[in-house]
Amino acid sequence: MLRYILKRLLIMLVTLWIIVTLTFVLMVSIPGSPFNSERATNEAVQANLEAHYNLDEPYHIQYMLYLKSIVTFDFGPSIKQPNQTVNDLLGRGFPVSFELGMVSIIFAVISGIVLGILAALKHNGMIDYLAMTFAVLGISIPNFVLATMLIQQLAVNVEIFPVATWDSPAHMILPVIALGTTPMAIIARLTRSTMLEVLTQDYIKMARAKGLSPWKIIVKHALRNALMPVVTIMGTLLAGILTGTFVIEEIFAIPGMGQYFVESINQRDYPVIMGTTVFYSAFLIVMLFLVDIAYGILDPRIKMNSKGGD
Amino acid sequence: MEKILEVENLHVTFTTYGGTVKAVRGVDFHLHRGETLAIVGESGCGKSVTSNAIMRLIPDPPGKISAGTITFQGKDLTKAPEKEMRRIRGVDISMIFQDPMTALNPTLTIGTQLMEGLREHRNISGDEAKKRALEMLDLVGIPNPEERLKQYPHQLSGGMRQRIVIAIALICDPDLLIADEPTTALDVTIQAQILELFEKIQETTGVAIILITHDLGVVAKIADRIAVMYAGKIIEEGTKREIFYEAEHPYTQGLLKSVPRLDMQGEALTPIDGTPPDLFSPPIGCPFTARCPFAMEVCDKVYPEHSSLTETHSVDCWMQDERAKQLLAASAGTKN
Amino acid sequence: MASVDTNQPDRSPVEVTDDLFRWKERDKEAAETVSRPSLSYWKDAWQRLRKNKLAMGGLIFLIFLTLMAIFGPIISPHDVNEQDLPNQYQPPSAEHWFGTDSAGRDVFTRTWYGARISLFVGLMAALIDVGIGIIYGGISGYKGGRTDSSMMRIVEILYGLPYLLIVILLLVVLGPSLATIIIALSVTGWVGMARIVRGQVLQIKNYEFVLASQSFGAKTFRIIRKNLLPNTMGPIIVSLTLTVPSAIFAEAFLSFIGLGIQAPHASWGVMTNDALGAILSGDWWVLFAPAFFISVTMFAFNVLGDGLQDALDPKLRK
Repeated sequence: MLRYILKRLLIMLVTLWIIVTLTFVLMVSIPGSPFNSERATNEAVQANLEAHYNLDEPYHIQYMLYLKSIVTFDFGPSIKQPNQTVNDLLGRGFPVSFELGMVSIIFAVISGIVLGILAALKHNGMIDYLAMTFAVLGISIPNFVLATMLIQQLAVNVEIFPVATWDSPAHMILPVIALGTTPMAIIARLTRSTMLEVLTQDYIKMARAKGLSPWKIIVKHALRNALMPVVTIMGTLLAGILTGTFVIEEIFAIPGMGQYFVESINQRDYPVIMGTTVFYSAFLIVMLFLVDIAYGILDPRIKMNSKGGD
Repeated sequence: MEKILEVENLHVTFTTYGGTVKAVRGVDFHLHRGETLAIVGESGCGKSVTSNAIMRLIPDPPGKISAGTITFQGKDLTKAPEKEMRRIRGVDISMIFQDPMTALNPTLTIGTQLMEGLREHRNISGDEAKKRALEMLDLVGIPNPEERLKQYPHQLSGGMRQRIVIAIALICDPDLLIADEPTTALDVTIQAQILELFEKIQETTGVAIILITHDLGVVAKIADRIAVMYAGKIIEEGTKREIFYEAEHPYTQGLLKSVPRLDMQGEALTPIDGTPPDLFSPPIGCPFTARCPFAMEVCDKVYPEHSSLTETHSVDCWMQDERAKQLLAASAGTKN
Repeated sequence: MASVDTNQPDRSPVEVTDDLFRWKERDKEAAETVSRPSLSYWKDAWQRLRKNKLAMGGLIFLIFLTLMAIFGPIISPHDVNEQDLPNQYQPPSAEHWFGTDSAGRDVFTRTWYGARISLFVGLMAALIDVGIGIIYGGISGYKGGRTDSSMMRIVEILYGLPYLLIVILLLVVLGPSLATIIIALSVTGWVGMARIVRGQVLQIKNYEFVLASQSFGAKTFRIIRKNLLPNTMGPIIVSLTLTVPSAIFAEAFLSFIGLGIQAPHASWGVMTNDALGAILSGDWWVLFAPAFFISVTMFAFNVLGDGLQDALDPKLRK
């Protein structure tokens, strides 16, 4: 188990390093970035930038100092918003985005698993057919399209839900549905197919031969094995949810990090783009690492086979 | 001897995409207390379906027991409600599966899987369950039982796992044990050990065993009686002696010629040509006709009568008819 | 002789008469007749696919969409960027079939123009993924050993990179355009395909027919081309079909946040973003066309991919 964790940890660090280096290289190479000659509009901002990025040093020193500032979680100042640092923006926006993302993923996991199990247990029945058609639809409708349609139907046409902002639980419902439907559909399909496969396994037949009740067989023997693949795609789903927050926050005018990020892209506010990318990448990679560890705990076979990667 | 199981006229069908498969087509057999009956046949002959039917573990749909009775200790299992079947499974009738690699749940400890049947059916404490589990591991010859309880299936060898599966099957002290190809997936040396274990268990517990296999070597070792199945029917039945030395059905004779035996001297092994019939539309007559060296016109048209040769030995074959015996005598020399 | 009633298989209507006890003539031909003509793999798959109504519906829709993407803007009397401000937000009419948007542009024309972009980006990105994936995964799986494990280590690390974030970063640097979107999507997209191809190759590599051609001294490249590729085609085609909708999604997503096709050019993502302002005023048609077509297109690719999966690998049928 320890070797498994160490190996995952190593991969995590390498991935992080690649991203940090990539952002540095990309930023150095484009015109208009803080590393290049084009000057910021504001004297004070320019001074901040020079101080933060050590622009009078050679590139390799800049790179080392950049690495150091990332490790200490200092992402530097914004170009376009005077007296704001990336950390300020993250501090304000990230908690909101985190809340939106977490509620969405919880919604997706619970309803996806329930839907998938129901479909598998009623295999080839009406519920199965409806659930799977719904799931393909959920996978096919892009989150930003769903969000706009939800606003149009449920907030403008019939004014059931508030249109925008992030003030009360009622404000959460539409954004969470818009953000959570695709991952929910993916989870439902995966749960169904693994559940169907697990139900044909000999150990399920053996559990039936022991005279266990159907409920016990499903909960104790089938579910855990069926959900293991769902755990492995959690990383990908989290990444989808996280990038999804960019557009969902924009559409619903939720004051989260996603909105600042899209704004910074449109204004070419490079330090914010870099800082957010690095921060979000780190967040995702750490999540991915935790998911791997969770998988290792769920599947006892991992402990012995520390080489298990693929 | 007391009969604990009597199967009469059992029919099992599977409704599939391509039509209805008649997997078991009127099977009769019985089993005495403490006896070992082997059901032998090629894959697809319906032997596993028969054993699953006794446990009522045929997936419905697509499978269905379409006719017949299965009388176990005086009760007809085909009519028992599912709830009652759950009390019988694992307690009165247990089952062992072919592949110990897949029969154990990879994510649960041996101890959990061993004790859960006990906890389900008997109202006993955790300590008592554990004591019983350790006894069972000892009975099936597992060293360090205490330690094994905490281990997972992947930490054990194939032979060990099959011993665990046997311990799970026996933990509630069943009267009938159905073993479906219990040694097929194992190495030859391990096979012998497992078969010895079966003999030992039968001696200690007096459990009756139905052994499903395609391997006559396994049968020779532990069976008391043998039923030979072909295309969903039992075509010959008798004691081990009767089947091995006085087989009457050409199929049984063919099976015996196709396996190596120690007392064979310079004889060549002869496989049976051809393949079993398609059970979507089984033949009206004897299903073996197309592969049978003694095929007659009658075989194609009418299913042979059931002839009892001794109290224990019976066969379904037209060669038992007087007219066939005359034909055989008349054509001796011309027919090989 | 009485005739046999085949409708009652388990009964025996024939009387057992003495004359039936004679040896049966061996009919060699009858024994060797195969009841069904065997179909080739592709023909068989096509027949199975044809039975899948949803997948066929998807295929038909995609053919229709492709035709409209080519001819739609041509048959429309309006130009894609032709503005007509006095006529903004016109509901659908004989003049403007799908209505007009905030700048009075014809939504019908813009929709098919958007279809061009979506299909082009989706297909190009998927094809590049497949190309790189086949080469990388093929070499990795075929060579095996140390080459394989180091190549797969790289894949493992790339797999951990957050895909859309990297694409966003690349587009910020490269500047948004059709070509850069395709490049950015391909840089990260081939990894999954490489894994699939490698898995297939590993599985098939040890089959006897491959060993046979190896023992005849066939060259590595020839073995890959002649033996491995045809056998790995099934999963690749399925994966290709399912990669297209995710590339279409990515393009629309990027256009939506302002990093893709730039307004005033039409892309379904751009059109959805434009529609945000219109829906509050109740001008639903501005949203309807891009929302409907992007969703149905992705749906069509997804059901076609599922259908292909069932058709090409009947063992996996559920």
